[in-house]
Amino acid sequence: MIAVENLSKRYGETTVVDGVSLTVERHSITAIVGTSGSGKSTLLRMINRLVEPTSGRVLIDGRDTRAEPAYLLRRRIGYVIQGHGLFPHRTVAENIATVPRLLGWNERRIGARVRELLEVFALDPATYAGALPHQLSGGQQQRVGVARALAAEPLVLLMDEPFGALDPIIRAKAQDDLLDIQRRFGTTVVLVTHDMDEAFRLGSKVAVMSGGRLLQCDRPAVLLTRPADPFVSRLTGLADRAMRLLSLVTAGEAALPGASDGPAVAPTTSLREVLSELVWSGADSARVIDVDGTVRGRLTVAAILARGRP
Amino acid sequence: MSGAQLRAVRVSGASLTRVDPLGAVLVAAGAAALLFLPFVVFKSNRIVPGDPRSLIQVLPAWGAFGCAALLAMSALAALWVTDARVRLMLALAGIAAVALAAAAAGDALTPPGDRIVRIAPGGAFWVLMVCLGLFATDATTRLKPGPAVRVLFLAASLALAGVALAHGTFDHLSVMREYAVNAERFAREARQHLKLAFGSLAAAALIGLPLGVLCHRAPRLRPAVLTTLNVIQTIPAIALFGILMAPLGALAAAVPLADRLGIRGIGAAPAVVALFLYSLLPIVANTVAGLKRVSRAAVEAAHGMGMTSWQVLTKVELVLALPVILTGVRVVLVQNIGMVTVAALIGGGGLGAFVFQGIGQTAIDLVLLGAIPIVTLAFSAALTLDALVEVLDRVKA
Repeated sequence: MIAVENLSKRYGETTVVDGVSLTVERHSITAIVGTSGSGKSTLLRMINRLVEPTSGRVLIDGRDTRAEPAYLLRRRIGYVIQGHGLFPHRTVAENIATVPRLLGWNERRIGARVRELLEVFALDPATYAGALPHQLSGGQQQRVGVARALAAEPLVLLMDEPFGALDPIIRAKAQDDLLDIQRRFGTTVVLVTHDMDEAFRLGSKVAVMSGGRLLQCDRPAVLLTRPADPFVSRLTGLADRAMRLLSLVTAGEAALPGASDGPAVAPTTSLREVLSELVWSGADSARVIDVDGTVRGRLTVAAILARGRP
Repeated sequence: MSGAQLRAVRVSGASLTRVDPLGAVLVAAGAAALLFLPFVVFKSNRIVPGDPRSLIQVLPAWGAFGCAALLAMSALAALWVTDARVRLMLALAGIAAVALAAAAAGDALTPPGDRIVRIAPGGAFWVLMVCLGLFATDATTRLKPGPAVRVLFLAASLALAGVALAHGTFDHLSVMREYAVNAERFAREARQHLKLAFGSLAAAALIGLPLGVLCHRAPRLRPAVLTTLNVIQTIPAIALFGILMAPLGALAAAVPLADRLGIRGIGAAPAVVALFLYSLLPIVANTVAGLKRVSRAAVEAAHGMGMTSWQVLTKVELVLALPVILTGVRVVLVQNIGMVTVAALIGGGGLGAFVFQGIGQTAIDLVLLGAIPIVTLAFSAALTLDALVEVLDRVKA
């Protein structure tokens, strides 16, 4: 668990982060959103002390982050930045091995971990272990950047606009990968982004920052239905908030008992996609069916629409 | 005529009309030199003006014919052949022919057992060497050899020249006469030359590298440091020696230990200090430029992953800046090898001693004994470091 307590950062007269308190649950993904200059990157960088706070403190699992030298703290925290920041003079394998090597792991353990991560990220070790970063595509470079951050099995992963430089299709794939990886390793992730769709898609909680202050930090649905500040609803978008709300609920969660002769949808489909399917096919309801064929119930248009309101 | 033959005729016919422009200039210059300038100069002793002799006068008929035939082939290649490998081979053959012709002229013109007469290469020799050298350089450039090949080629050329010199091929030529008289001193001065050039480079690297890092980390310091070093760079070498004479002389007078260590107003000390000061600018400026070139994301990631500041500097920043820093080292080394020459004026020694002694005695052969090795050293240093920079830069591309 990460506890941020009354954290502030001032440069001379300018206050960049202003008294932020925030709790990040273990094994969760928290997305920090805000306009540029809102202090979201600075807040993130104060967690691994790339920026030293002016006042306040950060506890990770109850331990003050200032209890040890910053470089030792950072070796236990994964860090991914926009544009990956891979070392251009080192091979993919050497890049991934950076932190394990700093921690003094033996070569056998490092080699095994590098191979494991390359496989997890669908990069064939035989082809990519010895490649230099400039020989990879943008999406592959980004995956190596995440693999490098996870190499020493950190409990916390900080990501600063990690997918900002990727095109939309590769970005969607990278986001799916991150969700898989997070489930697999149980890492606690704090992610900074200015892309609301990304925040809603990845974050179990979303923190909204403006002018250095934290306006609200809650589940995405709460942000939409009970915004704490007019700025929060402006940022999350008033025009399509109903659709955003629908995209947060899956068919499996919303299915009601009953039969339907409409189109079949999987329980993992979001209500937004089910609604789109119903509009397209002209049917009144959809059947929610598991992969093994078990019928989980039905979803009528009216039931879906009811979910799009607070 | 078969189709292939027809094509061959057409190809050669087409190329006849397209004369290589550089080749044309070089051939014209070489031919004019052969016609109007002496190939060697016969002097009855080392300082009197000599008698000009042409290539035909100094070589036996078959030798002159063979040499002329080779030069003619080089000329034809320079004018019309487009294959760079053929051009390079004939350029090298031309260089060897001219060098051996000069050596043969020395043997032929020297009376047996005579140690007084001097056979000096004449204007035609030097112009031909320059033309053929340019021809070879041009052909090499067209071949675009890799760095390893270039260094190997340099090593082979130096080894070949070394073998010829050791074998005594050129012993009857005037420069080698001067060498024979000064052999022991030559070794000493050459060592001194290298010591001064590399010593001041090492000192400049030792101080300049940290200074460059400091300028990079503290940008407010940068303009002051670089401006100071720029001003130093504009002081003429002789003037700087003069400026250093007084403080170093005073130091030697005040501190006997300094005097015993050889730190005096004249000699090697002011030379090393001056060269060191000149060397600082390229090293510091290139260190700053190299560090600036390093990707900010890579540096940020390095810090973020828990490298200490020292590890970020040595394992990421300096490694990535190395090609640019080495370019600075190359500038310094070539500059130093040339400038050490002037150190001889204030008693610093080095190969410049022969140059200035030769000028004093109007003995041009002695000047060449100093100048030829200096040029060779500078050229070899430039070529080797260029190759090294290219290798490192390719890895980091």
